[in-house]
Amino acid sequence: MKARTWVQWGLLLSPLPAFVLALQVGAYPVPWETLWGAFVYCPEQAALPDYLRVIIFNVRLPRIVLAMLVGLTLSFSGATLQAVFRNPLVDAYLLGLSSGAAFGCAISVAFFPSLPIQVGAFIFSLLAAFLTFTLARTRGEVPTLSLILAGIVVSAFFAALVSIIKFVVDPYKLASIVYWLMGSLSLADWHAVATALPWMLVGGGMVWLGRWRLNALSMGEAEAKTLGVEVGRERGLFILAAAIAVAAAVSVSGIIGWVGLMTPHIVRMLVGPDHRRVIPLSMTVGASFMLLSDTVARTFTAGEIPVGIITTLFGAPFFIYLLKKGGQESWKT
Amino acid sequence: MITVTDLSIQLNGQPILNGVTIEARPGEVTVLLGPNGSGKTTLLLCLSAQLRPQSGTIMLGGHQLEGLPRRRLAQLVATVPQEHHPVFPYTVRELILLGRVSRVGYWAQPGSRDQELVQDILELLGIKSLADKPYTRISGGERQLVLIARCLAQEPQVLLLDEPTSHLDFKNQVVILELVRDLARQRQFTVLLTLHDPNLALLFADRVVLLAGGQVVAQGTPGEVVQPAAMAQLYGMEVEMLSQGERRLLCPKLS
Repeated sequence: MKARTWVQWGLLLSPLPAFVLALQVGAYPVPWETLWGAFVYCPEQAALPDYLRVIIFNVRLPRIVLAMLVGLTLSFSGATLQAVFRNPLVDAYLLGLSSGAAFGCAISVAFFPSLPIQVGAFIFSLLAAFLTFTLARTRGEVPTLSLILAGIVVSAFFAALVSIIKFVVDPYKLASIVYWLMGSLSLADWHAVATALPWMLVGGGMVWLGRWRLNALSMGEAEAKTLGVEVGRERGLFILAAAIAVAAAVSVSGIIGWVGLMTPHIVRMLVGPDHRRVIPLSMTVGASFMLLSDTVARTFTAGEIPVGIITTLFGAPFFIYLLKKGGQESWKT
Repeated sequence: MITVTDLSIQLNGQPILNGVTIEARPGEVTVLLGPNGSGKTTLLLCLSAQLRPQSGTIMLGGHQLEGLPRRRLAQLVATVPQEHHPVFPYTVRELILLGRVSRVGYWAQPGSRDQELVQDILELLGIKSLADKPYTRISGGERQLVLIARCLAQEPQVLLLDEPTSHLDFKNQVVILELVRDLARQRQFTVLLTLHDPNLALLFADRVVLLAGGQVVAQGTPGEVVQPAAMAQLYGMEVEMLSQGERRLLCPKLS
């Protein structure tokens, strides 16, 4: 019990060291004293030079904030949908969000340069999720299996459309589509943070407040009903909350895989399955993981590696290690 | 109090229940007996509003079931499901706490009063030692106790149990049914449960309802209803009654 409390505090506070580290490292290293001066207290004679102010507050800080927000969003939505669908292999991309976003990006790059990629991606990822939900709906109910199948169909459809666009556009546009699809935070600025934040707050807030009911929903449809849950309506609300938050995340970061799938598993293995703990800790662990991955992505080489590649390279082996070690603890079928 | 009047339901065009009229009273254990496929489970599913009958009325503790919101219904009726496969290994305490879902606000977390109630229930049922164990790692008898504990956390008036003894050993069958009977007596629950073994009904039931082919063929006290002739007809098998003093026991006639 004691050890578990320590683990919980560690996970909860993990974004802090990641935050400090990410501010310090980069093409221009910022020493600890300078950071202290910039954020906490700075004597007048050692005023912060302008270029450092720009690096810290306009380059690094928005990117760090955005990385944490995206990681947090992907993770809590993954945890939410895994509970709602009682399926360990689910994340928000299952709803077709990622392929929809990819299509939105592709058409805005290829045909509508005046339409910002972020807007195109946001609209089409929500549209894809809506389409998935509508296709899966039969006689007023949305069975899990048909939702998963509909998600696969919608994803495949949008993926095919993206392929057509890739096939016809010129190589420069193709390159920017491909780069965007790999997932990257290199275009992060305060504007991106401001566009994504409200949606993430709404979605995250709903899930945060309703997190205990996820335990009841994860009991399965029939049992949740006898416990007093309006299963159809409440499940729809949770899916909606996850979808709008993830659509916002995808629109500013591209498609970053594995975070939403992996983080909730790690958290459950460490602190158990109760969603009153899993949701908050998925948020902080997702934020730290994403931030560290992005820090590696921008410092590891002289150029910039798309962060989606880093999350997958870290995530996949770590996930397998955890499954071999204690997968049965976190999930029992 | 459960009052079912003239209840009929068809599933996929097949009539499952036909004009069922039964009554179950507070403080009593009412047992549904009948062969496989006689409609026992369907009747319970109608009572917990998981299936919607085509005709007939169901009254639960003075409320008409039709049109009752799930939340209100869960405050009236608690169900022990026949099969139970949680995918997450919640602890026993977390699982019992879910009984409070219908009593806690939509956007709220269970508070200390809910936690205390769960603690009291754990003590009442003598399963305090299980509280922090994963539900997936305890025995079948213990699981049944935990599910009953979750029902108690709902603070209902009606308790429905679908074959609560089906996966239990000889002793645990008796333990669970004694517990259910004591709860009915002490808390004035209206208990309705299905059983496969008429001998258990003889031991624990206050009232027995016989179902065959979706219709009620008899209801009354065990002494009136559980008779060799009726049982022979119900299950299509020759049986004889052995008695010793007050105790009676049904025994199949072997060829």
